[in-house]
Amino acid sequence: MTEKLLYTDNLSVGYSGRVVVGNVNIGLLPGRIVALIGPNGAGKSTILKTIARQLPPVSGRIFLEEKNLFSLPEVKLAKTMSILMTERPRPEMMTCFDIASAGRYPYTGWLGVLSEQDKAQVWRAMELTGVSDLAGRDFNLISDGQRQLVMLARAICQQPRILVLDEPTSFLDIRHKLSLLSIIKKLVNEQKIAVIMSLHELDLAQRIADTVVCVRNGAIDRSGTPGEIFSGGYIGRLFGVEQGSYNELFGVPELQPPAGEPGVFVISGGGRGIELFRRLQKQGLPFAVGILHENDVELPAAHALAADVITETAFEPIKKSTLERAMSVMEKCPKVICCLQSFGTLNDGNRLLFEMAKNQGKLTED
Amino acid sequence: MPDKSRYALGYVLLIILLFALLAVSTVTGSVSLGELLSQKDQYTAEQIIKGIRLPRLIAAALLGGALSVSGFLLQTFFNNPIAGPFVLGISSGAKLTVALSMIFFLGRGIKISSAGLIFAAFAGSMLCMGLILLISGRVRSMSLLIICGVMIGYICSAITDFAVTFADDSNIVNLHNWSMGSFSGTGWGDVRTMALVVPAAVICAFLLSKPMGAYQLGETYAANMGVNVRRFRITLILLSGLLSACVTAFAGPISFVGVAAPHLIKSLFKTARPIVIIPACFLGGAVFCLFCDLIARTLLAPTELSISSVTAVFGAPIVIWLMLKRRKGAAK
Repeated sequence: MTEKLLYTDNLSVGYSGRVVVGNVNIGLLPGRIVALIGPNGAGKSTILKTIARQLPPVSGRIFLEEKNLFSLPEVKLAKTMSILMTERPRPEMMTCFDIASAGRYPYTGWLGVLSEQDKAQVWRAMELTGVSDLAGRDFNLISDGQRQLVMLARAICQQPRILVLDEPTSFLDIRHKLSLLSIIKKLVNEQKIAVIMSLHELDLAQRIADTVVCVRNGAIDRSGTPGEIFSGGYIGRLFGVEQGSYNELFGVPELQPPAGEPGVFVISGGGRGIELFRRLQKQGLPFAVGILHENDVELPAAHALAADVITETAFEPIKKSTLERAMSVMEKCPKVICCLQSFGTLNDGNRLLFEMAKNQGKLTED
Repeated sequence: MPDKSRYALGYVLLIILLFALLAVSTVTGSVSLGELLSQKDQYTAEQIIKGIRLPRLIAAALLGGALSVSGFLLQTFFNNPIAGPFVLGISSGAKLTVALSMIFFLGRGIKISSAGLIFAAFAGSMLCMGLILLISGRVRSMSLLIICGVMIGYICSAITDFAVTFADDSNIVNLHNWSMGSFSGTGWGDVRTMALVVPAAVICAFLLSKPMGAYQLGETYAANMGVNVRRFRITLILLSGLLSACVTAFAGPISFVGVAAPHLIKSLFKTARPIVIIPACFLGGAVFCLFCDLIARTLLAPTELSISSVTAVFGAPIVIWLMLKRRKGAAK
């Protein structure tokens, strides 16, 4: 394992002596991304502000390269750590280049005049984040997504070894979310920067982070790899999800299934039914689904939304017992919808279900 | 770079305007150039120019520059283009303490030195600044803060008027003129004091350009880039207070220059970078005040207008326009 660039030792963070999150032990490694997740108001930002030395800790210590963070000289800290917080500057008459070049502050002389090397660094950072064509534009007159990328360029040309980001992707559209995270990933891989960021988008946290730290009820509830955190229904518990569910494997939220006995039986498979499940859910019609193999792509959606799901072991032909169970459920449903156009050998049971529904006159076109 | 030529052009324009105004102001007034030249008594002509007009002009230029820089510092501090020593009530606070100390000392037959006046004004401006800072901790809205500042200004002015009304007769004329704001009656002694204090403070402000530039991105980012925010904020407040105190001590409260001049300069230079703007603000404030003083002296000559009424006519519309523009920006 590489040396930790920064770590916290029994840190308690909060405001004016009041602890918001206690017992924080986080370590940052070069080339690794730590993501903080957790409910609103859990204290993710408070932790980040303390690590960025914007807020004194209530108790405990933070070490940067084995030195106490709060006794480092300002310039030393500025050359080691840069930030991208939720506060967006609203400067007067400043171009994007002006904003980005502010990151050179710790490297310029006493009047802050940029040298040619400084300018080259700024341009490189702006090119990396893809905003060099905005250089001459007024910072107040570009979009939120572009602003965030300019601010990232500012953070990058500060040449940090640690990057602290507070909800960097919030309020951005999907294109900017992905491009921002790709740039960060690239920096981490190429320059071995250590990153800590809070994210509201769980799906993105799962995909980008090496370590996920979960903050809840004034403590670090759990931390581990995305695989460890996004499993066993933990995310639903972390956020206290009551209505609907969260699919941890794909990172997809689903709404609550309609309550009551199923009135529609859906014969489906291979993902063809997902769109129909959502439509039935929106109309508030409870439904049952069958027969799905356990490796079927639409199984998670079916489990999340259907009142009853009849499944068969993966790669096995549908057994007689399974078929009978499906038939008894279908029996009680006045309507049957079949999403399949053809049936393979393993799926022959579904063909039998389809024919039975057709004979009973229950089959409806959607 | 087009930026650089714009800055150069801006500076050349300001310097030409400054010298043109100085020249025009020297030769115009209640005694015209023709009269001055035809004056049989060359001694009187020299007296008018040397003893009355020149110190007054230099004072107008220096104090105008001081106000403008003071305004720019406050605008940076509050991240608000409408902030200024007058609108935040700081000038009026200085006016109050100067008036009180004048009444106190003159009533006892003691003449206060110009340094003493500055000190009194500084105390007053810091007092109001403290109040404003207390309020700014509570209100998030900048417009609300400005309204509070204007109210504080009114309270201070009211107390000043009250004190002036009850002052000894002999003081009233002097005090009354001064409390309206005027450059008239400035002597060389005063000019010497301001020529020491104002340039020193402006140079200090200029040396703060770098952290000021970082601070324009907000406190959070400034701190991250290595600015000692606490120390920087205190220095900024002290400097802007000293500059506006100096103005109030010598010329009384002068309205809106601190907002209007920096704004015009920023629009002319199309940037807010402190390293470019601070010297330009100084020149711009000087030009603005010389221009307004010229109007104050000549428009209804031989009656003189108060400088504040002239600066208000030109400055207040700019403030209104800025507020509207800001509103539009916020709604967007």
